Amino acid sequence: MSGAEIGLAVSVFLACTVEAVEALTIVLAMGTTRNWSSALSGVGAAVLALALVVAALGPALTALPIGVLRVVVGGLLLIFGLQWLRKAILRSAGLKAKHDELEIFREEAEAAGAFGGEPLGFDGYAFTISFKGVLLEGLEVVFIVLTFGANQKQVPLAAAAAAVAVLVVIAAGVAARAPLARVPENTMKFAVGVMLSSFGMFWGAEGAGASWPSGDAALLALIPGVLFAANAIVWTLRRTVPQASPEQAVASVAVEQPGSIRSAIRQW
Amino acid sequence: MVRVPRRVWTFYLGVWDFVVGDDWRTALGVVLALGLTALVAETSLAAWWIMPPAVLSLLALSIRRAAKGATRRS
Repeated sequence: MSGAEIGLAVSVFLACTVEAVEALTIVLAMGTTRNWSSALSGVGAAVLALALVVAALGPALTALPIGVLRVVVGGLLLIFGLQWLRKAILRSAGLKAKHDELEIFREEAEAAGAFGGEPLGFDGYAFTISFKGVLLEGLEVVFIVLTFGANQKQVPLAAAAAAVAVLVVIAAGVAARAPLARVPENTMKFAVGVMLSSFGMFWGAEGAGASWPSGDAALLALIPGVLFAANAIVWTLRRTVPQASPEQAVASVAVEQPGSIRSAIRQW
Repeated sequence: MVRVPRRVWTFYLGVWDFVVGDDWRTALGVVLALGLTALVAETSLAAWWIMPPAVLSLLALSIRRAAKGATRRS
């Protein structure tokens, strides 16, 4: 396995683990407070919808000329990666609340309880929230799997890494029977942000017609370089910017992310 | 004036949020940096050096804006 292939597998595995943990929290909340069979039906329907997206977009992406594919995919990966990295840096610096799966689980469970109705038989609420949660969290993974896979002609490897991540999270969730609060989500998001930004920069520049010195080996400089710069920004922020209290950090999340996945799940 | 159906508008907003996220300036900066790389690559000059400083500058500026916003609120 080459260095680029290892990078692909690690990036997809980490990104998929993070998204799977978030989806698991939503499904667990629906299953335990409402109705397991409806929640799991929602998961099944979402997985089917994601498979259709892969089936439709996969061949279309791989059919693009490699130069166009690299500049488009590189640009999108870079935009995605910088978003992940920005949020991870703000969380590491204490300027944004960290993801708290237990708190999210409690909120989802409360909302499910407040919705009312006797969850006997088919429960539309549990089905819909589970469906939306898995679909929206899964779309990012599908995007990463397809773009990384298509760019390196390694869609099966990317899909396998994603499948392993989902299986690991499901196994851990079944074993714990609780939200996976101990997963170092922010560290993983930080790592994914670094990898997506580095690969995006590499492929984007190649697609635009640039040639990297030493070819693929340039990634060995780009990845540590981005990691170093991101850590330097965290270090600088911790020293120069007054830290927000947990309440203020939570408030800043609410103000900054009106279109976050969770609010999208509710509003959709 | 053409009225855009609510569902179409919601879908558009969803795609925009998914791709661009909450900082459109960074997305625009990435497109401009790739465009500049393509322009320089057309000449006899090396073009690989444009992306690393451009990306790190975009990241730093984006963090700066977010940090300013966070401290203003606190």
